Amino acid sequence: MTTDSIPVETADARPGTVQKKTRKNAPPGGRNRQLFRHPGAGRQHHAGPVAYILLGIAALFSLFPLYWTMVAASTDNTRVTQTPPPFLPGPHLLENLGKAWQDAALGKAMLNSLIVAGVIALSTVLFATLAGFAFAKLRFKGRNILLMLVIGTMMVPPQLGVVPLFMMMTELGWGQQLPAVIFPTLVSAVGVFFMRQYLSEALPDELVEAGRVDGAHSLRIFWSIVLPIARAPMAVLFMITFVHAWNDFFWPFIVLDMSNPTVPVALTQLSAGYVRDQSLIMAGALLGTLPLLAMFIVFGRQIVGGIMQGAVKG
Amino acid sequence: MAISTSTPPDGAPGTAAPDGTGAGAERRSTLLHRLDVRGAPYAFVAPFFIVFAAFSFYPLVYTSWISLHRVELSTLNVMEWVGFDNYTALWEDDRFWNALLNTFTIGVLSTVPQLLMALGLAHLLNYQLRGSTFFRVAALTPYATSVGAAALVFTMLFERDFGMINWMLSLVGIDNIDFENNKWAAQTAISTIVIWRWTGYNALLYLAAMQAIPRDRYEAAAIDGASRWQQFLKVTVPGIRSTIVFTIVLSTIGATQLFGEPLIFGQGPNGITGGADNQYQTLGLLLYEEGWKNYQMGRAATVAWAMFLLLIVLFVVQRLVKRVLARRA
Repeated sequence: MTTDSIPVETADARPGTVQKKTRKNAPPGGRNRQLFRHPGAGRQHHAGPVAYILLGIAALFSLFPLYWTMVAASTDNTRVTQTPPPFLPGPHLLENLGKAWQDAALGKAMLNSLIVAGVIALSTVLFATLAGFAFAKLRFKGRNILLMLVIGTMMVPPQLGVVPLFMMMTELGWGQQLPAVIFPTLVSAVGVFFMRQYLSEALPDELVEAGRVDGAHSLRIFWSIVLPIARAPMAVLFMITFVHAWNDFFWPFIVLDMSNPTVPVALTQLSAGYVRDQSLIMAGALLGTLPLLAMFIVFGRQIVGGIMQGAVKG
Repeated sequence: MAISTSTPPDGAPGTAAPDGTGAGAERRSTLLHRLDVRGAPYAFVAPFFIVFAAFSFYPLVYTSWISLHRVELSTLNVMEWVGFDNYTALWEDDRFWNALLNTFTIGVLSTVPQLLMALGLAHLLNYQLRGSTFFRVAALTPYATSVGAAALVFTMLFERDFGMINWMLSLVGIDNIDFENNKWAAQTAISTIVIWRWTGYNALLYLAAMQAIPRDRYEAAAIDGASRWQQFLKVTVPGIRSTIVFTIVLSTIGATQLFGEPLIFGQGPNGITGGADNQYQTLGLLLYEEGWKNYQMGRAATVAWAMFLLLIVLFVVQRLVKRVLARRA
């Protein structure tokens, strides 16, 4: 139980667990080990009170607008427009949510967004995993150039092509229709890159070779070897894509109209002066965000992990 | 995909079954095998490239062709050749220069503080923390909020008469600010929405990169007597340089495309024009105004093409700056 025996600095993959252990086993004077440490060893520093205070402020900055949306949505128009503004929820939440649901036609918008985001996320995951597998584990001519091309497409903002895209969709008869929103985003370069990074590390070459020796063709290897291994990152990619598709605004705003909107498009109606009741506007904003917030509350950790994982080599 | 269906049924998934089936079948199966090994990779990456070509690349190129025509929204199939008229008109249009300048100022106002704050936040999250998951998820939550909802909430927070921000400013003795009509106040408010939505996301990217920095670099710096601040500047920042460049590129692209935030901040009729005096009209809004409010699709395409040129110019400048900095170092 000497300070030497405590593996303070060997913490690698999971600093949290090591920390807990040392806490438990350390003698009352264990805090002194701080003194024996090198004056600065990067991420192993424990956060001091200042760091916690700053992080608290950051969390407040992040969460307060959402909290206040809820507060404003639960009071009435007169209360919202008073100073000082309300800080605590009022009694009208459900009533306002119901009204906003009607006024902004959110029911249809929710269903549309669910379809759009669901289909886009599914197809992105499928195609990204297929392409990611090919880029990570299959050998073919032009692989590197094609991969560079995929990465290069990230630099081209899709908004720049809206005029021809709009003409194209009108020609196809998809104006104001969901396919107009779905088709252009069926794939994502970020997704392909994400799955490639994961599979080149997590999928051993030997497994693919073994499949080949057994006479399995590529699609079968994909189906019975790649998919089971890639389940976790696929789920993460699904959620991240779902968030993006749900929140996408520019193109849906152009090609859809209020008779058949997605949620963000329907929300503009709240700001456009049809609804003057401020608490109703906030109720609508809250409704439009709720599905994603629910997803974040349940899977927040996985989404955070996925974004960080995609970033390391990105 | 066609390749997979043409492979023989999985009657003998074990070996290639050389016995009994005969030499012809064997040769056929090796041929199919080679076809599969050669062709399948292309089939696997094809969906990405087909969709990209059809719905991104082709429209981008075709934009330049449309920009040389007069096309009206009501008669999309009638294209009248006008040469570079749209471009000269745009060049002489004050609204264009105004939108270009606004896009630039809002871009700087939103991107610079956003990335600096993200860097600081990532540094804090990189400490050993209790409740680190909470802080990370909290930082990312705004990212889950759609532009629509976020802009609505902030529009209300920035409201002139009863908004929370003005109330807080009044506590420290500052008079109500008209965030809608005052140009710089409006641009600051719009930038705040962008900052709010994207800071946490960028912080997580930085955090991931920070965690990949080998610890011995810090130890070496510490032995050399570097203070924590020096370590941050000399080890952390260089260690995550490529990620910083990546986020700068992404945020710059995002800034040039800014659309939803100013549109909704303008609350309806004034949204598209970016305020009564175009005080916060961005290029994205101008594109929309030309195409879908003035029905001039050719003009809209010209704005889109100008946005693309702007991006290219920005990247050339960025490259040059990088090269100059590298030479100095």
